[in-house]
Amino acid sequence: MPHDHHDHVSPSGHPYRADDDTPLSYWQTMEIAVRELLVEKDITTAEEINTQIDAMDARSPAIGAALVARAWCDPEFKTQLLADASAASREMGFDIGPMHLIALENTADTHNIVVCTLCSCYPRNLLGLPPDWYKSRAYRSRTVKEPRKVLSEFGVNLPNSMPIRVHDSTADMRYFVIPMRPDGTEDLSQDALAALVTRDSMIGTGIATAPIT
Amino acid sequence: MGTQALVNDPFAVGTSVRIRPFMPPGHVRAPVYLRGKTGTIERAIAPFKNPEQLAYGLPAKEHMLYRVRFRAGDVWDKDAENPDDMIEAEIYAHWIEKMDQSHAA
Amino acid sequence: MDTQTDGRRWHDMGGQDAGPISDDQHDFSLWEKRVDALMILCSGKGYFTVDGLRRVLEDMGEEAFETMSYYERWIASINQNLIESSAYTTEELATKMAEVEARGTTYGDASLGK
Repeated sequence: MPHDHHDHVSPSGHPYRADDDTPLSYWQTMEIAVRELLVEKDITTAEEINTQIDAMDARSPAIGAALVARAWCDPEFKTQLLADASAASREMGFDIGPMHLIALENTADTHNIVVCTLCSCYPRNLLGLPPDWYKSRAYRSRTVKEPRKVLSEFGVNLPNSMPIRVHDSTADMRYFVIPMRPDGTEDLSQDALAALVTRDSMIGTGIATAPIT
Repeated sequence: MGTQALVNDPFAVGTSVRIRPFMPPGHVRAPVYLRGKTGTIERAIAPFKNPEQLAYGLPAKEHMLYRVRFRAGDVWDKDAENPDDMIEAEIYAHWIEKMDQSHAA
Repeated sequence: MDTQTDGRRWHDMGGQDAGPISDDQHDFSLWEKRVDALMILCSGKGYFTVDGLRRVLEDMGEEAFETMSYYERWIASINQNLIESSAYTTEELATKMAEVEARGTTYGDASLGK
């Protein structure tokens, strides 16, 4: 298998939480026991678990960014994405599993932001696993009531004249934001545009910005 | 989203609705801050199995899932940062009532 | 304490007061990724649903949210759901956990270096 699970630094440069060389915890013991019981009972296999881990590792904000950049360049695709984001993602060849996806378009008069107040639902099959803050009490509690203050903590200061639409991901749908295409990017290729689309801009806690030239 | 117009759909797009104000125990997907609040149907999504039964490993009936749009001013009153900001959430049909059958708020 | 005096449960956080948003971030270790994979595989095979995962996480209460890590809570909930759906018994789990614990004092040793 090409993937080495024992790297000490992940591709994003953050350290993995220590596991192999720290004292075995009760919950780690439970994970090993549950996994081995499931394999012994032919409910799953070690290979299937590794394949699932690799599939999840392969998902990252780059996938969402590719969708956004294409939507910026191809109005027909944007229409498809807004009508049925799951189908449009699959059409581009991305394996989003059974996820029901809705794309939200930021415009000159709407800024969208996504939260899950009841747990931490996130479009993980599109963007990979969520950042820690998305799962935090602070983000889950405050975003529906004071989105402007929350956004300012992310460095996004919106004028009061810009209406905000907060999407609480309460049930079966998952959401991602198509940020506004930055000014001055008319000459950039689709790939170069994709590089401007950050994870946070697709959650709505950031915006896509033009490269400094 | 494969949404079909339902015959006799009581919750057509744009209908004013209220989220039922009940406070039962157990696993529920209608958040408390929206219960008793009024909004409008933004879209019907699709029928999904009732999570309140799925959560207990029980056979689950399908309920229509809606996206309901609320004005921040209607949810938070004077505490809203901007009363014209919007909140949208997914709410199951059994948590929604039409305003014209309103119980006094 | 699962329930506030008005019936609001601890996990139902929308609109509650809370502090600033922290940008602390970590990537997941192997055991955490395995927990994630077990959830996806077992729910995909029909042993339980994501709703069952959430129900147990909610019933574990606020103290668990504050004191256990995300995937510690997940493995606790996954295990509870698997026992409820007869994937294995509590006795089988207990026996296996004792066997795992006897293998060594680190995760690497206890998971047989795998």
